[in-house]
Amino acid sequence: MHELGVVFYVIKDVANVAVENKVSTVNSVTLEIGEVSGIVHDYLIDCWNWARKKEPCVENAELKIETIDAVTFCENCEKNYPTVAYGKICPHCGSDKTYLVTGNEFMIKEIAVPED
Amino acid sequence: MANVRIIDVHQGVFEANDLVAAEVRAINKNNGTFMLNVMASPGSGKTTLLMATLKELIKINPEIKIGVMEADIDASVDAEKIATLGGNVRSIQVHTGGECAMDAQMALEAINEFDTKDLDLLILENVGNLVCPAETDTGADCKVVLLSVPEGDDKPLKYPLMFEVANIVLITKIDTMSFFNFDREAVVKNIRMRNPNASIIFLSAKTGEGMTEWTNYLVSKLITA
Ligand SMILES: Nc1nc2c(ncn2[C@@H]2O[C@H](COP(=O)(O)OP(=O)(O)O)[C@@H](O)[C@H]2O)c(=O)[nH]1
Ligand SMILES: [Mg+2]
Ligand SMILES: [Zn+2]
Repeated sequence: MHELGVVFYVIKDVANVAVENKVSTVNSVTLEIGEVSGIVHDYLIDCWNWARKKEPCVENAELKIETIDAVTFCENCEKNYPTVAYGKICPHCGSDKTYLVTGNEFMIKEIAVPED
Repeated sequence: MANVRIIDVHQGVFEANDLVAAEVRAINKNNGTFMLNVMASPGSGKTTLLMATLKELIKINPEIKIGVMEADIDASVDAEKIATLGGNVRSIQVHTGGECAMDAQMALEAINEFDTKDLDLLILENVGNLVCPAETDTGADCKVVLLSVPEGDDKPLKYPLMFEVANIVLITKIDTMSFFNFDREAVVKNIRMRNPNASIIFLSAKTGEGMTEWTNYLVSKLITA
């Protein structure tokens, strides 16, 4: 739903990194996206392929996505468990005193540029 | 094809939630709506305080338009209670789908469904929990944290982030202070260690003590929204 907005944000950040590193073209951009961040990967890629044409330095850049597993921590028994399988309730002890440790990320991991 | 070089970008990190939160803020600003995010442990008196606060605000200005988004677990009960206030108060139940806190996306969906255009004040009763809601920006203009006297004056030390992000901390149920070994100065000191700027108000929804100070705080925020 916000994928297009997110894409513009990424393009702006990547363009800044390109300027800082004195490169004029980017081959690929790798994102790290949490499993429960709510971002739809296919839709994000569609948005990317549309929006990149508007920014010369990323015009030909491929978007790569790496997923970060969602992990929840239980305050009661102090164990971690996979969020997607069990949600809010701890599978070890049944407590709902749990919180998300990883899985809500949205990061630009790295970009690849031509070697000079 | 030429070889490639990898540039680490980790500093360009952002959370998608922040973008959505900015959108929520923009919508509220455009509509002249002031949004409160109320956070606390279960049973700390959120619903009771909300009811008392709404009654006071309606007394001050009968025309005021208020919306309440209920995300707490006992939400269906609370939404019914709030509906009994009638007048210009509307409430909506929001479903966090098993998540431990409201996020900006849920707030945005609720705002769209709710049609908040005409509202002066939009209150979110967040999920009862002192950990997750602190981490997630909902797009609210003001974060209110409740700490009830029975929970103890050392709570800010155990849940530091919640008190760090608060704009205002309400110490609730102060009518019970003599039953619990609750030290007024200690709690202020513990909050100040985490947050030198937050407003702190002591009140009781039961006896009405401190309620005027709290409603005045709100009214001053509403005027400038
Ligand atoms: N003594 C006293 N009890 C209160 C006060 N406010 C709420 N309570 C009681 O605390 C309990 C939980 O209140 P509620 O508003 O449902 O808390 P919530 O779970 O945070 O919404 C109820 O039994 C209330 O009657 C207060 O100011 N003084
Ligand atoms: Mg409640
Ligand atoms: Zn557990």
